[in-house]
Amino acid sequence: MSELFSQYNYVIVIVLMMTGLYIVFASRNLIKKLVGLSVFQTSVFLLYITVAKVKGGQPPILIEDKPYGVDKDGHALLEGPIQVAAGDGAFLLPGPGSDVLYSNPLPHVLILTAIVVGVATLAIGLALTVRIREVYHTIEEDEIQEMDFVYNLEGTAD
Amino acid sequence: MPVMFSVLELMPDWLLTHGPAFLMALPLLMAAIMAVLPNKRVAWFTTFIVTSILTITAFALALYNAKVGTTIYKMGGWAPPHGISLVIDALNAPVLVLIALMSLITVVYAMPATVAEIKPNKRAPFYAAFLLCVAGLLGMVITGDAFNVFVFLEVSSISTYVLVAMGAARDRRALSAAYNYLILGSIGATFFVIGIGFLYMETGTLNMADMARILADLDGGSRVAKVAFAFIVIGLGLKLAMFPLHTWLPGAYAYAPTPVTVFLASTATKAALYLLLRFTFFVFDPSYAYVADGLLYILVGMGVIGMVFASLQAIFQTDARRMLAFSSVAQVGYMLLGIGIATTASVAAGYLHLINHAIIKGGLFIALGAMWYRFGITRTEDFQGLGKTMPLTMGAFTVLGLSLIGVPFTAGFVSKVNLASAAADAGWWWAVGIIMLTSILALVYIGRVLLLAYFQSPPQVNGETVIRNEAPIMMLIPMWVCALASVFIGVKSDAVVGASIRAAELLLGAG
Repeated sequence: MSELFSQYNYVIVIVLMMTGLYIVFASRNLIKKLVGLSVFQTSVFLLYITVAKVKGGQPPILIEDKPYGVDKDGHALLEGPIQVAAGDGAFLLPGPGSDVLYSNPLPHVLILTAIVVGVATLAIGLALTVRIREVYHTIEEDEIQEMDFVYNLEGTAD
Repeated sequence: MPVMFSVLELMPDWLLTHGPAFLMALPLLMAAIMAVLPNKRVAWFTTFIVTSILTITAFALALYNAKVGTTIYKMGGWAPPHGISLVIDALNAPVLVLIALMSLITVVYAMPATVAEIKPNKRAPFYAAFLLCVAGLLGMVITGDAFNVFVFLEVSSISTYVLVAMGAARDRRALSAAYNYLILGSIGATFFVIGIGFLYMETGTLNMADMARILADLDGGSRVAKVAFAFIVIGLGLKLAMFPLHTWLPGAYAYAPTPVTVFLASTATKAALYLLLRFTFFVFDPSYAYVADGLLYILVGMGVIGMVFASLQAIFQTDARRMLAFSSVAQVGYMLLGIGIATTASVAAGYLHLINHAIIKGGLFIALGAMWYRFGITRTEDFQGLGKTMPLTMGAFTVLGLSLIGVPFTAGFVSKVNLASAAADAGWWWAVGIIMLTSILALVYIGRVLLLAYFQSPPQVNGETVIRNEAPIMMLIPMWVCALASVFIGVKSDAVVGASIRAAELLLGAG
């Protein structure tokens, strides 16, 4: 049980994922389905971000070997843990074996792409819903299926 | 082959070195330009030129691959595994040629078809979405980076949703079909990306060759890799219409504009099948127990059930396009069976069927589109007398239909015989029986249409018998190209069989 609490991010991911998927399949309203789909996709974003986070890790920001800005006496203006995130003096992120801890930047970048994909999918889905409402005058799936069924019986020659 | 290699000397050097990037950058770039083109004729012509160039490039790259072996293109000069690599090997080169060639055939067919089906102001955006779809499919086949696969998968899927929805001008059910496809397609792609996420957790890399190496070092990996495999198979299963995840397919095929159906039926599910091959045999390996179990119980199980049930469903369809759509689900079952037996011969047979089926289904849907174009018919009962009113179209439909059934001297025969003999070699005699049974079922649903077309006289409309009204030449050419290609493969199958065996050997090793 305590293991569950210490890994609460994954618990949230699973809850969101199942909630989203359940809404997609259980709901008969086209907009609600899209909401479910978005929740489902968002859970994946959280999954990737959770994987990337290193406990106690700092943001993986490259810094110059000099602190940003010096005052008149030559003392650094900015000093703090963030500045040493990329090791001292190096322009590259420290490799394995280094004692500087930083979070993995790659999944964040991947998820930026995935967010764009999710937005595009949602946009197309909403646009389709608008067109469906124009043509069928409803966004309830049951009613649409019923209309299609009648349409099928009457024949497709239009 | 040496004669063919001389073609390479005609190609400029940059095309061979930068061809992989060019192959997906060109349609991507042109799609953006196309979207703002005001003139619909220019749009068609540009698309035609672009797809011709793509076909030539893909063909040249495939030849180059046959000559020098696997080539890895470093995108932007960043070396793998950190950079994104574009890989051309024996497995994806034939699929690239197939996609480029079918896009060209579709574009030729689309010239008369879009005039009838797409509103004039929508034609330029139609071609833009089409090129985006081509770019996505080529990209997901060519890339060596697992996350890149997801991005291109979504590029092609999202443009496909748009293309399917454009059928609404002809039949409003296209809208709900596109919506269903969007929901299920997105779930499939999300499952796939969850799988990639788990694989990344396990291996710490996104490069597919690197993943394969690390997984082999880990001897298949922990439970994380197993979960990843499950998510990837289910995600791709949705995309490739594995039974029972195929419910989006009949609607999308039946109500999309006919050129879109032609293109989808011959490429979209095939690219997803290629990815399934790539992941099950290249990234994962059937020597891991969980992969072997997945192949045996999921792919073979679902493949065989799909073959029988979808064929039976095809028999009871009243709409010809829905009938062929269910037949597609059944044919996917053959390919899954070939993949699932997991011997070199069976994977080669599955791969061969992938190529043959793309040509056969593409041609069949073109023929159906031509019938709709001339007479506005989609129901099988309206096929009566088509043998007299559209002899050339019906001729192509007959040749391709026989090929679908698996009559000797056609492409379908070659791949079915290879698959059956591979199954027999592996001792799977019951699978041979299923292949025979479903071929008979195919005979029933294709034969039903052929009987109506040839042994019924043309119907009377307003008291007059319908006279001969052949499809336009721009439809006959692509249709007969597919029909003749199918016969050519049936008579002289060395090249295609050789390519599929090379692909299978790359995945499983010789023998």
